[in-house]
Amino acid sequence: MVAALIAGLARLVTGAVAVWQVAPRGERVRVYFANHSSHADFATIWAALPADLRARTRPVAAADYWNASASRRYLAARVFRAVLIDRAGGGPAATAQMVAALRGGDSLIIFPEGTRGDGAALAPFKSGLYHLAVAVPEAELIPVALVNLNRVLPKGAAIPVPVIARLTFGQPIAIEPGESKTSLLERARAAVMALDEGVGPDRGVGPDRALA
Amino acid sequence: MSNLSDPVLQQLLGGIFAALALATLAGQVLKRRAGTLAARETVANMNQRIKAWWVMCVVFGVAVVTGGIGSIVLFGLLSFLALREFITLVDSDRADHRALLIAFFIALPAQYVLVGIGWYGLFSILIPVYAFLLIPAVLAIIGETRDFLRRTATIQWGLAICVYAISHAPALLLLDIPGYGGREALLLFFLVLVVQLSDVLQYVFGKLFGRHAIAPRVSPNKTWEGFAGGVTCATLIGAALYWATPFDPLEAAAMSLLVALAGFLGGLVMAAIKRDRGVKDYGALIPGHGGVLDRIDSLTFAAPVFFHVTRFFFA
Repeated sequence: MVAALIAGLARLVTGAVAVWQVAPRGERVRVYFANHSSHADFATIWAALPADLRARTRPVAAADYWNASASRRYLAARVFRAVLIDRAGGGPAATAQMVAALRGGDSLIIFPEGTRGDGAALAPFKSGLYHLAVAVPEAELIPVALVNLNRVLPKGAAIPVPVIARLTFGQPIAIEPGESKTSLLERARAAVMALDEGVGPDRGVGPDRALA
Repeated sequence: MSNLSDPVLQQLLGGIFAALALATLAGQVLKRRAGTLAARETVANMNQRIKAWWVMCVVFGVAVVTGGIGSIVLFGLLSFLALREFITLVDSDRADHRALLIAFFIALPAQYVLVGIGWYGLFSILIPVYAFLLIPAVLAIIGETRDFLRRTATIQWGLAICVYAISHAPALLLLDIPGYGGREALLLFFLVLVVQLSDVLQYVFGKLFGRHAIAPRVSPNKTWEGFAGGVTCATLIGAALYWATPFDPLEAAAMSLLVALAGFLGGLVMAAIKRDRGVKDYGALIPGHGGVLDRIDSLTFAAPVFFHVTRFFFA
């Protein structure tokens, strides 16, 4: 019930209407990967999923943040069922946790930039996505573009402004035989940018900003 | 308090729903007869609009029937949704966050509370004076100078159009018109009816006879033919409704003409902003119509003008 409440609240505040270029329901587990500019990001994706899929979709989040207080621990463990990874510990252990979740039949929400950007540019992707693609080849890698979330709840802000967010789920990308890490990560990054002109290097206020 | 026992309001509501029923019927007939693909698309969009009109009329009817508080809550909500569409479209910077919080969560509710408690003095200057000064002050304290004037003006403009201007519609309830017997809710009804009828009739006349665009770069759909037909008909209908207002027939015609003209200019200005931003609609909340701001764009200009002219000459 808390989950449904939070999902409803997230939809209300961000006003986000999801555009699905891929069927919301797939045969296989999914890794949703998105650009990251706000604390509201994963709740927005999570809230846009159909309720039954939401229950089987887990965000991957930083342990140091979500273990910092009792309420966050409760939300992470009980409501979002987050896969909490140790940012300092790094690579192999985190990958193992995510792979275990996927093999357990749950889908994941990840932010391959690793940290929240300022919304102006999409940072290079970290390698976790590649390791997941290699370890769990049956998982569908779904690019997700989030736009305006950095205006709804920018870094450092506590109260959201009700700007209307946009959210697009794209066609899955798959790793090709023998594809290098750099190549897959660059393709994945390009896939997110291609979904919405609001994601990418031109984003930001100024006369050179592309028309919405 | 409820106005439902007021026979004038009953007749107005009855008239509107009868007109909608007629429009629904006409839409179904046209759907059968539409031959070409373009015609079918136009009719489908028209029927979608008519369906949305039912919802809007029911919501507005309920708000007016519940009297003052219902209207204030409804227009407060419309202001919120409109401001949200406006700010989303015209863009804002991360550094605007705090100023936007003030706009959405302090200035907007305060404006409608002032309508609710009937504090006319502060109602009329809260946004043009205090919010006007506070917004740039907050932005300056935050310290981001890039695009400073544009960012400031954008938020001020959003508040002025979406909150201040719109709040003049429910503020009609504050007026004390001699001999009108406290039925100012009918005046709100009259304003909204004439504005929206004028919009619809301009659309219909434009579709039927439109040839010469008034400002083709702003909106190719606004034509002289649509303008003339729509404004004339809205004026005549408004005059015919004089019995529901404190006006005599000639006054009602003049007020309707004023409202229709102001409404036209409002629609044109709001279209220019959309055109500059490269979009057709402010949002997608109302099927067939676009966003809330697309539906009440003409009201943003008509409401304050109607309010002040009524207040000056009749209250």
